[in-house]
Amino acid sequence: MNLFIKCEEANHSCDKNQYKEASFWEIIKLNFHLIYCAACRKYTARNMKLTRAFKKSNIQTLPDSYKRDIKERLQKEMSKPE
Amino acid sequence: MPKEKLNPEVWVDRYSDYLYNYTIVRVNDHEVAQDLISETFFAGLKSKKNFKGEASERTWLIAILKRKIIDHYRKKNSKKGKAEVHIDYNDQDAEGEWLEERVRDPFDKTAEDNMENEELGLAIMNCLEKLNDKQAAIFKMKTIDDFDTEAICNEFNITPSNLWVIIHRARKSMAECMEKTWLN
Repeated sequence: MNLFIKCEEANHSCDKNQYKEASFWEIIKLNFHLIYCAACRKYTARNMKLTRAFKKSNIQTLPDSYKRDIKERLQKEMSKPE
Repeated sequence: MPKEKLNPEVWVDRYSDYLYNYTIVRVNDHEVAQDLISETFFAGLKSKKNFKGEASERTWLIAILKRKIIDHYRKKNSKKGKAEVHIDYNDQDAEGEWLEERVRDPFDKTAEDNMENEELGLAIMNCLEKLNDKQAAIFKMKTIDDFDTEAICNEFNITPSNLWVIIHRARKSMAECMEKTWLN
């Protein structure tokens, strides 16, 4: 297998790695790529900061069932004649 | 500048998570937060005519939500006065100082952290609104709710490579949006 990868593939592995879905071999190739590619180093650094920001923020989403319920009720309310 | 218009059809998708994160740090109760948000949407719908188009839709909804939160506190406090024992103050007879006593320790690090996290959370939510709706939905599922790639692909009927393209674009615009203030 080739150790050299294109930037596109490096960024793809980097994205996957933010979700712990990159394989060991993908991580090796990514890190090797980063040794000589400044653009991807920048992308990776930014990407990691973004992941950290998400973790730190403790943001949450509302459950889907709740959203659907409210949407339906709003729809009903809107279709009522004024 | 064109005047803002209200589109109640998209309120839930666009703003409910923002409103939720705004509320949860203030009321600290999941159920209450949900109730306040649905009340906000219905109140917004009812007073649609009062919207002058000077603020953004979200700012307007937040203004309504703030009132709901204050009302919630009022109700809670009036109940407390009747049925529950008051917080034990140092001196029951001392008047006028009770508020100060309840103010958090200014050197309390956790309070400060929470505040910073709230700002960060709202900044993230703000940037999420700039993504298109589908992109935002997929990115949120993956990043905030930790769904499996496979589960999201099934839900949206897309291939894993579609998903990663969407994630990549979303991450790029999120990083750009947040860079100046938050990613330094």
